[in-house]
Amino acid sequence: MRPIIKVENLSKQYRLGTRDSAYTTLRETLVARARAPFSRRNGHSEQTIWALRDVSFEVKPGEVVGIIGRNGAGKSTLLKILSRITEPTAGCIDLYGRVGSLLEVGTGFHPELSGRENIFLNGSILGMSHQEIQSRFDEIVAFAEVEQFLDTPVKRYSSGMYVRLAFAVAAHLQPEILVVDEVLAVGDAQFQRKCLGKMGQVAREGRTVLFVSHNMTAIQSLCRRAVWLDDGRVCADADAGQVVADYLQRSFSALGQQNWDEIESAPGNDKVRIRSARVRVEEGAPDGRITVHTPLNLEFEYWNLVPDTCLNLSLVLHNEEGVLVLNTGPVKEPVWHGRPFPAGLFRSVCRIPGDLLNDSPYRVTLYVIKDQSTAVFVYPDILMFEVCDTAERAGWYGKWPGVVRPDFEWTTEQAATSESQHLSNGR
Amino acid sequence: MQVSKLSSKVETSFENRIAQSTDQSTHTIKTTSDNQASNSFADTLPEQPLVKIAPGKSGSALRVRDLWAYRELLFFLTWRDVKVRYKQTSLGAAWAILQPLLTMLTFTLLFGKLAGIQSGDIPYPLFSYAGLLIWTFFANAITNSGNSLVSSANLITKVYFPRLIIPAAAVIAGLVDLAIALIVLVPLMIYYRVSVGFGLVMIPLLVVICSLLALGIGMWLSALNVKYRDIRYAIPFLIQLWMFASPVIYPASLLPEKWRWILLLNPLTGIIVNFRIALFGGQSFEWNSLGVSAVVTIFILFYSAYSFRRMERHFADIV
Repeated sequence: MRPIIKVENLSKQYRLGTRDSAYTTLRETLVARARAPFSRRNGHSEQTIWALRDVSFEVKPGEVVGIIGRNGAGKSTLLKILSRITEPTAGCIDLYGRVGSLLEVGTGFHPELSGRENIFLNGSILGMSHQEIQSRFDEIVAFAEVEQFLDTPVKRYSSGMYVRLAFAVAAHLQPEILVVDEVLAVGDAQFQRKCLGKMGQVAREGRTVLFVSHNMTAIQSLCRRAVWLDDGRVCADADAGQVVADYLQRSFSALGQQNWDEIESAPGNDKVRIRSARVRVEEGAPDGRITVHTPLNLEFEYWNLVPDTCLNLSLVLHNEEGVLVLNTGPVKEPVWHGRPFPAGLFRSVCRIPGDLLNDSPYRVTLYVIKDQSTAVFVYPDILMFEVCDTAERAGWYGKWPGVVRPDFEWTTEQAATSESQHLSNGR
Repeated sequence: MQVSKLSSKVETSFENRIAQSTDQSTHTIKTTSDNQASNSFADTLPEQPLVKIAPGKSGSALRVRDLWAYRELLFFLTWRDVKVRYKQTSLGAAWAILQPLLTMLTFTLLFGKLAGIQSGDIPYPLFSYAGLLIWTFFANAITNSGNSLVSSANLITKVYFPRLIIPAAAVIAGLVDLAIALIVLVPLMIYYRVSVGFGLVMIPLLVVICSLLALGIGMWLSALNVKYRDIRYAIPFLIQLWMFASPVIYPASLLPEKWRWILLLNPLTGIIVNFRIALFGGQSFEWNSLGVSAVVTIFILFYSAYSFRRMERHFADIV
């Protein structure tokens, strides 16, 4: 089958800092010209980065391809080139179909305009004709569930309504190729499910979808194939399940271990110094991946420099959203807790059981506490690790709600049969 | 087979308690195992790529066809500009009238009464109002389109469309104000008992030339503005100077004969002078100055389009 998208040796170079302070002032240009009137920018050795490098792949019609990679790997740049927002530096793309891109929901929404007006404005910005919008208007409104507020300016909408309306317009875009960037990050769980359902429907109609997401569960469920970009290059391009598994394994390099062997340069002060910190996977995933089921050990080695001090460690875990998930200390530690420490090297291990943390990257802040009351030393973000979701769930791939994800015991029993129910009602 | 197997698994999934139905979940699973629709779709693939994306492509030509394809977007953006402006201000459309009217009163007092500028057969208030009408349109069009790209950064970085549409919409939106302000002329002309003639038919042509001139300058400034943010501060200054270099509030005859050619080089001169003639009659059109305006306008338009296309490629990266 012939491809509908053909990407060949695509490269994109950015001048460093381009995104923030790219625009020069007129004065700078004039000064530069005045200093070197005969050189046309040759003298500059500007620092550049390659956002994409020699990226090649093909997509067949009807394929749903997930694009994954860390932040800054080039995913968004690829989508921007595909949607013709920016140009490549080298290479080319052949498109054999109309592209609709959805890099953000609600692009061009104007807060002063009503919902109805914004549907038309946004639809036309996304490339729909007036007729197309007109014919799908009712569908869009129904999908967004905003019937009563059609003539209210969207600035008075709740953020949920706003996002629903914005996605509804985009969801009714019907190009042959749909390019979607992380739109699932918005909205509540129920709405996300609706969006994913809609995307599945789009794919079922035979449209081609390129889908960027950090939600690996969604990628695995929606896409058959995944392209993994790393540092601007295609790192893997294969079956989605395989690529996602490899990606998750590799991406856990976060900050699993830190060592300071020289006591003089180790972090700390004249009371205590840290020698090492590491995340150790106890068992479970043999590939070193931390899933929601994996028990973890957080190990710390530290020198106590003041003899006869009562020390204890205290850990604070923050998740991706910055929520303080828990604080733990060795209150029930049997040997040393509450006892004065002699000077020397100590090792403390905190075991976090499996089936407790929800999937998220975590940051660990270490507190060294004296006499169970005063913090002697604080080291923020001493460890970072990521707990991954497993893909064993079927049917639903939104993020599991909640800060923690414990595996509680459940029991269900039949309390009465339907006959005895009748009996009890009759009585 | 596969589908039913999976959906039975769905039944056991925790999420089902939240999900009202298994409909959507089964849909999406089906997607991944369903390839039939795509086969039929492949037959309709065109032989040649619809779009070829490569470096330097978009800067190569004036894609009139592309612009035409996006004409509806031009309409919607214009409509948005007009609508939002009148929604946000409490006086709304009245501003379109007040702005030239109050300026006219000021200048009438200053130049008409105090300085005693002679405006020929036409009463000075009428004379200056007509000039200010077209000037206000022109000045607003340049200001709005000059700042348009920068203020639409969110669109530029998220969606593709010919960027030219943005400054163009800003110019066209100004036409609505012009139309409203023109209506005020009617009572003014009745009051001063000035009759109109067949010259009125020239007005649309003059407005078109003026719009094209504003578009040419506006889009050039807007593109420069993306790269050099100084432009935003330069525009008001430019406009102020330009107003006094154009016969808006004084007749061209005020200048000594030997300096008048400078005024003629200004493409606005031909437009303003002929605009008054079209409204008030009394003399034949000055085709020479109108010709200069048209030629300069076309030149500016082409030059701006060329440099706009050249800069357009980098808008999304630097805006």
